[in-house]
Amino acid sequence: MHLLYFGRLRQEFGLSEENLAPPSVATVAGLLAQLRARGGIWAEELAEGRIFRVAVDQEVATPDMPLQAGSEVAIFPPVTGG
Amino acid sequence: MHAKVSVAVQTGDFDIAAEYARLAGDTSIGAVVQFIGRVRDQNEGSTVSRLMLEHYPGMTEKVLDNIGQRALIRWNLLSVRIVHRIGPLDLADQIVLVQVAAKNREAAFESAHAIMDFLKTEAPFWKQEATPEGARWLDAREHDESAVQRWSDVKK
Repeated sequence: MHLLYFGRLRQEFGLSEENLAPPSVATVAGLLAQLRARGGIWAEELAEGRIFRVAVDQEVATPDMPLQAGSEVAIFPPVTGG
Repeated sequence: MHAKVSVAVQTGDFDIAAEYARLAGDTSIGAVVQFIGRVRDQNEGSTVSRLMLEHYPGMTEKVLDNIGQRALIRWNLLSVRIVHRIGPLDLADQIVLVQVAAKNREAAFESAHAIMDFLKTEAPFWKQEATPEGARWLDAREHDESAVQRWSDVKK
């Protein structure tokens, strides 16, 4: 699985991309739980109630969206273009 | 002949006269609206000196094309062109162009407005401003979410 981070979250995490095996619960919610378990800034920024977006294979995703080994998953703040 | 929907994401500037010239000779067009967004020197009470625009390569182009296609159908447009810049931008620089061509002005005005509202809430761009207090990431505005509600009859 290829993970991408953008905007303020990329800066906070100090990371723009990484490769991970799919989480044991292979959904967006399962991945977020695994990332939160890293603690620190990960737990803080991805906490329940914090506002961020997740896209799977470049489509906006919901928590129940399934993930595969080849999925591209992006996590980013609400968009501010235009 | 110009494409019905065309989008570009680029670091370089765009030329609005050249963009308009793409429509030359199309006798079915009765109205063209070109909206240009620019870098302003003030935002939320702070002086802005510079802007950095980040995006999600690949997804950005898909989302812009999808917005263009939806507007094309909803307003029966003849063409849609969206150009958005990324990277470092200075004050008064052009950021975004939305150009729509239609048979009549209502469709042209409304669709250009709607495309910008969709772009602001859907297209994966992030702005970072340089201010006297340091660099800061912009927060999404509540207003942008409510502005898009008025186009709720446009299919996702």
